[in-house]
Amino acid sequence: MQNLKRVVITGIGVVTSLGNSLDEFFQSLIEGRSGIDFIRGFDTRDFAVKIGGEVRNFDPTPFISPKDLQRMDRFCQFGVVAAMLAYEDAKIHLTDAEKEDFGVIIGSGIGGVNTFENEYKILLERGPSKVGPFFITKLIGNMAAGQVAIFLGAKGYTSDPVTACASGANAIGDAYRRIKYGNEKFMLAGGAEAAVTPLALSGFAAMRALSRRNDAPKLASRPFDRDRDGFVLGEGGGVLFLEEYEHAINRDAHIYAEIVGYGASCDAYHITLPDPTAKGQAKCMINAIRESGIDITMVDYINAHGTSTPANDVAETKAIKEVFGEHSYRLVVNSTKSMIGHLLGAAGGVEAAVTALSIDKGIVHPTINLDNPDPDCDLDYVRGEARKVNIRYALSNSFGFGGHNFSILLKRLK
Amino acid sequence: MTELEILEKVKPIIADKLGIDQEQIKMESNFINDLGADSLGLVDITMALEEEFGMEIPDEEASKLTTVGAMIDFIKNNYKG
Repeated sequence: MQNLKRVVITGIGVVTSLGNSLDEFFQSLIEGRSGIDFIRGFDTRDFAVKIGGEVRNFDPTPFISPKDLQRMDRFCQFGVVAAMLAYEDAKIHLTDAEKEDFGVIIGSGIGGVNTFENEYKILLERGPSKVGPFFITKLIGNMAAGQVAIFLGAKGYTSDPVTACASGANAIGDAYRRIKYGNEKFMLAGGAEAAVTPLALSGFAAMRALSRRNDAPKLASRPFDRDRDGFVLGEGGGVLFLEEYEHAINRDAHIYAEIVGYGASCDAYHITLPDPTAKGQAKCMINAIRESGIDITMVDYINAHGTSTPANDVAETKAIKEVFGEHSYRLVVNSTKSMIGHLLGAAGGVEAAVTALSIDKGIVHPTINLDNPDPDCDLDYVRGEARKVNIRYALSNSFGFGGHNFSILLKRLK
Repeated sequence: MTELEILEKVKPIIADKLGIDQEQIKMESNFINDLGADSLGLVDITMALEEEFGMEIPDEEASKLTTVGAMIDFIKNNYKG
């Protein structure tokens, strides 16, 4: 058996409705500001849902040339920019030899749905000869990872897990394993999604999955609250730079947190609904904790999947109680989705970033809009104000349509 | 239309698609060797020029139009105004 490597997070990049810089993003979360608003990207007049967490004032041009921009779907642009920001944040300059051990895993739940809609319209209105040569390469979900590898010359393992709303966490967990088992030394990992589009919004609305609180966008995402009525569609990207521990120590890198566990499971129950017994979600968290070998009472914080759907928040609360017993009332739980909505395949990337930043800064953001907690949701979800917490270990949960469950366990090093 | 008039119309399109300066674009420029186009970029330019000039450039013809000059010749000879 080879020596197992330790894996640390030394770079973070996010693109969300709460600003494009890391400081602006985290500070907004701490202040409890919502990035959710009326959708402006297209006319929602005929839509049952008119609100979302759109990325505004997105400027990819510092990283992507005008030519390359034409060749990328919006989701891919989010992934590339988040990855470049993470790489910059890591303050590392890899040599050509090191880039042989450098991989990229960026998940996306849906991929280039915006491109799909535009080109399908061209097919119907103008015929097959008018469909462009970049349709396929803009559509396919693996292209964020592919483009990042081209941009940075990363010649190791590159991939794109497609596990719906768990894709980003799936990516980070797989990347952690690649380094842990000595395959790569450096990985960019996370998720990217841009599905605030007419077709995707219609589909999610048809599932009755989305909040219809159209008159009050900033109050619409209210995880664990009695009056929650669905999730709010968000968009963006979240990517981490993962590095083998010794390498990070030797170059005196800033380490946000160490990854010490990755749990996975499947509900094997229903295409969208979580198993109400919550056994699959519980098993996923247990698997992550077991890999680390720590006692459950060492976990101080859980960044919940916390979608604001009636079914998720009850099931997830139940799963946490199943895993942690009495300790579940001593740890803190919050939902980043209360402020930026549900970024689908990007959610796990952004939320792992938030978990790492919370550990690094010793503070957890509030879950906003939690005015009247659901009686079945009785944990400490950080109502009201942000709170200073000395976090030893923290979990980031992501659960996806299809029953895919992933948990990432992070540890404070300082 | 004269060759020069056509050149002035195609320059901004080629420059946009390939992310280059218009000054780089000469009659003798080879799309791939001189202007850095890849095969997909060449298709993209061909389709944009079809739009601009309201004409069809069949695939078997397009594959022979490897320079800006050849492309302009084809447009000049087939443009129906």
